[in-house]
Amino acid sequence: MTTATRTDYEVVVGVEVHVQLKTRSKMFCACPRDYFDTEPNTHVCPVCLGMPGMLPVINEQAVAFTILAGLALGCEIPDYSKFDRKNYPYPDLMKGYQISQYDQPLCVGGALEIEVAGDHRTVNLERIHLEEDTARLLHRDDGAGGYSLLDVNRSGVPLMELVTKPDLRSGAETAAFLRKLRQILRYLDISDADMEKGSFRFDVNLSLRPRGEERLGTKVELKNMNSFRAAQRGIEFEVERQTAILEAGGTITQETRGFVDATGETASQRSKEEAHDYRYFPEPDLPPLQVSRETVEELRARLPELPDAKRERFERDYGLTHDEAIALTETRERADTFEAAVDASGDRKYARAAAHWFMGDVTRHLSDLGPEAELSDSKVTPAHVGDLARLVEDGTITGSTAKDVLDAAFETGEMPAAIVEARGLRQVKDEGAIDEAARKAIEANPKAVADYRSGKEAAIKFLVGQVMREMRGRADPAGATEALRRHLDGGA
Amino acid sequence: MPDTIDLDVPAHEHAARLRAGDYTARTLAEATLERVRAQEPSLHAYITLTDELALAQAAAADERLRAGEGGPLTGIPIGVKDLLSTKGVRTTAASKMLEQFTPVLDCTVVQRIQEAGAVIIGKTNLDEFAMGSSTEHSAFGPTHNPWDLDRVPGGSSGGSAATVAARGVPLSLGTDTGGSIRQPAALCGILGLKPTYGRVSRFGVVAFASSLDQVGPFGLDAEDVARLLGVIAGHDPNDSTTAPVPVPDYTEHFGRGLGGLRVGVPQQFLGEGLDDGVRQAIEQAIGVLEANGAVVDRSVTLPSADAALPVYYLIAPSEASANLARYDGVKYGYSYTSGASVEEEMSLTRGGGFGPEVKRRIMLGTYALSAGYYDAYYLKAQKVRTLIRREFEAALSDHDVILSPTSPSTAFRLGEKLDDPYAMYLNDLYTIPANIAGNAAISIPAGFADGLPVGLHLAGRPFEESRLLGAAHAYAQLTDWHTRQPSLPAV
Repeated sequence: MTTATRTDYEVVVGVEVHVQLKTRSKMFCACPRDYFDTEPNTHVCPVCLGMPGMLPVINEQAVAFTILAGLALGCEIPDYSKFDRKNYPYPDLMKGYQISQYDQPLCVGGALEIEVAGDHRTVNLERIHLEEDTARLLHRDDGAGGYSLLDVNRSGVPLMELVTKPDLRSGAETAAFLRKLRQILRYLDISDADMEKGSFRFDVNLSLRPRGEERLGTKVELKNMNSFRAAQRGIEFEVERQTAILEAGGTITQETRGFVDATGETASQRSKEEAHDYRYFPEPDLPPLQVSRETVEELRARLPELPDAKRERFERDYGLTHDEAIALTETRERADTFEAAVDASGDRKYARAAAHWFMGDVTRHLSDLGPEAELSDSKVTPAHVGDLARLVEDGTITGSTAKDVLDAAFETGEMPAAIVEARGLRQVKDEGAIDEAARKAIEANPKAVADYRSGKEAAIKFLVGQVMREMRGRADPAGATEALRRHLDGGA
Repeated sequence: MPDTIDLDVPAHEHAARLRAGDYTARTLAEATLERVRAQEPSLHAYITLTDELALAQAAAADERLRAGEGGPLTGIPIGVKDLLSTKGVRTTAASKMLEQFTPVLDCTVVQRIQEAGAVIIGKTNLDEFAMGSSTEHSAFGPTHNPWDLDRVPGGSSGGSAATVAARGVPLSLGTDTGGSIRQPAALCGILGLKPTYGRVSRFGVVAFASSLDQVGPFGLDAEDVARLLGVIAGHDPNDSTTAPVPVPDYTEHFGRGLGGLRVGVPQQFLGEGLDDGVRQAIEQAIGVLEANGAVVDRSVTLPSADAALPVYYLIAPSEASANLARYDGVKYGYSYTSGASVEEEMSLTRGGGFGPEVKRRIMLGTYALSAGYYDAYYLKAQKVRTLIRREFEAALSDHDVILSPTSPSTAFRLGEKLDDPYAMYLNDLYTIPANIAGNAAISIPAGFADGLPVGLHLAGRPFEESRLLGAAHAYAQLTDWHTRQPSLPAV
């Protein structure tokens, strides 16, 4: 009898990400690039339709965007790059070949650091290249048999492909990598990077190997994942599926599998990797790309502050916690809004209060406006939030009043200071008034008083609440607590 | 009226007479159409005649002429190879695949000649997708050589050459990928120029081999060729491979004579495989050049030029295999629609739409680019191409032109080489090196062998078309070969 020892398998993951660039026109012609919600076959011309004799002209903006991405991700930008033809017959490919980049991409190497559950990992990149998107095939079935419609609006949209090295080790890491990548692309403002619109698409290559083993196992390509969560679930499902096969003594088939969102499982799409021979060769219709060092430096100077740098600065300069800084640098707009609020408050000492309001009540208000609402969609500006933070921090109003002031600001667009003055909401520090309210609260709530006296400390909070209620939230909470204790403890 | 127009003269004479008001562009167009139509049963130089377009363009030209405007091409009839997109006029590439294809825009070259006031008489016949050297590979039937109707006019721009040689039109446009302008010019006894690669826009020209294709002019003398080249040459923002080099007056070298012209004559181009009659005519032409002050150097060598033919038959089909992939029946053109799957329909469309020579080259190119063969074929061919280019550069650093025959033989009989692709390919032995190197080159009428025209080939430095035209012009002052005219049977 042999002793079955459960093998510990490690999953090795690499991803290929396709990103549509937010250029004005298409990759090789003057057609508008934005095809979302357009009438099919309206953003087309003889070039992107692949008419005879048509020639491509390189979109310089797309090249610049790709180099920007490369610089943001620490890639090397070679002096010389070129386009190649990737040949394969498919009805969505207007020329019968795709203009892509084969052996001399615009960006080489690079890396992205990710953080998963507090652990930092570096994911190395293989390359980033530029190519053109294909047309869209829309499959229909009218009952009398299926047919396909072709929408050429997408044909020729600039597509940036990023390929990682097989450096990812879990579904969670893969999802974290993709999230971080999308965040950077949005920071760079070079893509909508919107999965629902198809401007951010990815495939996953994965294999399993016994932990400690150097050699890679049989590769499976995973497609059809339309969310970061799907990427994680798909990988996790595959790990389980393949582990079960390997433990039963089976072998993994090299294949392409599709993730099925409804079941959370993957299903074989192509059982045997079709022998693709793309017959790449240099695109003779386009001269090679000479990327001058001046161009690279000009682009480098255009790089915005990226999320990691911004987060570190927020922690350092504003005294935010790591989590606060992460939350407030999620998007460039949010970070800018936060900083504008701090500026408006007049002093960095109000930064944490501003952060608190942004992450709490402001976010709640915005979510009421819609799933993707930003501050700019409301009547409230960063200056409102800065003003509010200052009013709370310097004791002009209580936190509880502040909530009401923010509600009013969202409703009317008035500045918090004006609301406070108009409605007489300044915090009351008048000891006499507080003392009177404390006395009333004690009289009206004998049970709480009894609880407090029998040692239930929490009862005091209830009584403070009653004082606040009596004073319409304007009482200094510390003063109220003190007054209550004076009466309760003093009268014992 | 049309009876009084002498249609046998070069375009610049028409231009002078149009300006003088001797006749109008309209009457010239009508007379031209009448003659072309009369010649068609013997020649079959055209796939489509564009009477309506021609008469409209002639009317517009007449207005410009009356206003004292216009240039050398205003009102001049011209034939356009049916590989050049013409808006609203079907452009077939002589293929069943594009038999019903009508472009939605003009190619840059056609746009430029129209702006210059040219009158397009029709779309000329060619080998399918410009693949061939005899115009026999046309889905619409072959063109005949006006010097002998049983013989081929050369190709692939055979229709454009034949119609000018027959004095149907004084000017025409062709394309040259491996000799497709120069070889038919030689076989038909007229001038044909392949510009430097990047000199003339390819935008809208149905692509055969993108790194080799160039559009160029046919004409009866150097002045006509120079004027037409001057109109079509120049940078085009729609073609990234066009060079931003200024366009000179291509007649700038006229009148300088041949004195001091340094002529390199590689002996390898006068060796094996060359017909005796052609050799004699070329030697005689060399004699004329030498007697008139040209310095002939027979020691020049282009060691790698012998590899140009195999290099060409790897690079051109490779590029063609991709360029022709778009013809799948999905978007336009011939389409087989009764297949069981889209793959089957695409396959049957291509099987039924392309002729045998096109299929041969697609297969050749697909093979040369395939994994495992790419390095040995395509990549190696590119390396040899670089060698050939360097050798041309070296040879032309101390020579002004490289001289050779244009074609190893005179016009051959229809059908003679149709079943022997390799024999057909050898026709372009002397013309292909200039495509591989990207140089400018011209074929000039230089005598006859057994009653058939012989072409003299001069290759020059990139962007020095003026020098080639200057030499052609000077040579024509000393000989009258360019004035010889075939007599077509009475029609």
